[in-house]
Amino acid sequence: MSAQADTLADVKVTRAEVEDFFYHEAALLDEWKLKEWEALLADDATYYVPPNDDLDGSHKDTLYIISDDRERIRQRIIRVLDPNCHAEFPKSRTCRLITNVRVLKVEGDLVTATANFVCYRYRRFQREFSYVGTYRYILRKDGDQFRIKERRVFLHAHELGRLGSVSFIL
Amino acid sequence: MPTMETSRTEPRSFVVDDPQKGVFLLDREALVSEDVLRAEIKNIFAKCWIYVGHGSELKKNGDFQSRRVAGRPIIFARDSKGQVRCFFNTCRHRGALVCTERHGNVRRFSCVYHGWIYNNDGSLARIPGDEAYIENFDTSGLGLKSPARFEQYRDFWFMCLDADVPALTDYLGKATDYIDLVIEQSPSGKMEVLHGTQEYDVQANWKLMVENSVDDYHLPTTHSTWLNFMANSGVKVEPPKDKDLVLPTRGFAFDLGNGHFTTDNVNFRGRPVAAWIPLYGESAKAEMTEIRAELVERLGEDRARRVADTNRNLVIFPNLVINDGSSVTIRTFFPDGPNKMQVTAWALGPVEESESARARRLDAFLTFYGPGGFATPDDVEALELVQQGLANWSDDRWSEMSRGFGREGEQLNSDEHHLRTFWRHWNKLMTGAQA
Repeated sequence: MSAQADTLADVKVTRAEVEDFFYHEAALLDEWKLKEWEALLADDATYYVPPNDDLDGSHKDTLYIISDDRERIRQRIIRVLDPNCHAEFPKSRTCRLITNVRVLKVEGDLVTATANFVCYRYRRFQREFSYVGTYRYILRKDGDQFRIKERRVFLHAHELGRLGSVSFIL
Repeated sequence: MPTMETSRTEPRSFVVDDPQKGVFLLDREALVSEDVLRAEIKNIFAKCWIYVGHGSELKKNGDFQSRRVAGRPIIFARDSKGQVRCFFNTCRHRGALVCTERHGNVRRFSCVYHGWIYNNDGSLARIPGDEAYIENFDTSGLGLKSPARFEQYRDFWFMCLDADVPALTDYLGKATDYIDLVIEQSPSGKMEVLHGTQEYDVQANWKLMVENSVDDYHLPTTHSTWLNFMANSGVKVEPPKDKDLVLPTRGFAFDLGNGHFTTDNVNFRGRPVAAWIPLYGESAKAEMTEIRAELVERLGEDRARRVADTNRNLVIFPNLVINDGSSVTIRTFFPDGPNKMQVTAWALGPVEESESARARRLDAFLTFYGPGGFATPDDVEALELVQQGLANWSDDRWSEMSRGFGREGEQLNSDEHHLRTFWRHWNKLMTGAQA
């Protein structure tokens, strides 16, 4: 068998496909359809929000804001949908604007893509929170479907303080 | 209920402390007033030892961290000779910050305005165009200014803005035993602050965070989703059998003097230092057994059990919290107005920790603590709800803090004995009254 046949051919992917996927995901998150959102995750999905003062640090030796493996994401969803998750009851209203979508790399069935975002968050009796950042995804493409293998959220603020809690899925 | 018809000029008590009736009340004005905050800045933050940073944040000579401590821009630095220093981050010429980076390594700090330059020991290195000053112009006193006092206990560095105070170790007093217990996790007795800082503002008075950090009464209600997560992860938290308990194990609260206090609980929630729970995974068992064996060998069975099987939330008055619980946190906070505080938190771990143990420590941290943790956001929410409710303070003036008042002997972590300890000390500093 040739080396060629051992290596998975790179999947074909267009920016428009990735954009559509990001918009769909953003809508599910903004509408709190987290069970449907969970269906977009690969079995080995991870979700990271690194700290603002060490964006490139590894979650294994750096204190992150969020560092979830697949099981932890599942638990996070259970938690934030529970009415006893006081930080999200009543639920925040969020609105994400996603732009500057770029496909950076395709390796076999894995697609690395980034997008800039603004996520506005409103809570009752509270001021507006604006989370500005960059998403970096590793997507697994299977046919015409994407599954999220890694979802990394870089927040651009120098200090995270004024953004308060990140008690929703960012 | 008492009346508050006292003169504005006379200091008056913010607490009603009545052991006969078993009643302790707090005047809610203490949590909302600009005047109170101004008095706190003067009587508390300018008089007490305030945590600046940990020596491990300055690994190499020339390393610095710039941060706000007690609301002031501070440079925490290790000079070229290795001495740890603390400067007010302000140029002696016109006052501009001389350090704008968050952290880094430098030999000199320079002001971008007129170019005054300071060595990393704070001394003045150069004034551009110094021939314009009179001959023999004295520049010897123009180095960066430092707080009146700057001292450390086991690499925890504190400053005090008042020169006329007892030494840091005297101030910490019995609290040093609890700092020692944290440090004993490390075979070499050396802990380090890990990379990555968590910051979260809370729209609530800073003293509510003091209370919340050691209040074990709130855990079942505020953190029911965390308890649920623990149960889902194989740590079933059974309701307590004793009627007076809130948590599954009996825990205590200790007044450590000088306004410091701690909870001291038998662990039920797992600890990265040698108390395994299923959440850590089967693969962690072997290493955690080794970590525990090292503790026993070094410290003996009793002390090892103390390090591994108890968890403690320690408050160093006024605004440092060391949580030795699901992980070790250093948490400090400072008021930004009476209705808001800025919180900063770091993780602390043994310097010689293996990669896998370090990763486990950090993961355990995030199960509970921080702005994206499974518990802290609900604490933040609870405190913000308190602050919002306190807009009614003038019509509903007193907070009820009598839980466990009158209990003889050992005080429970889920009572309010330790919170009363805080408020008595705070009240004493604010009013000059005897505690």
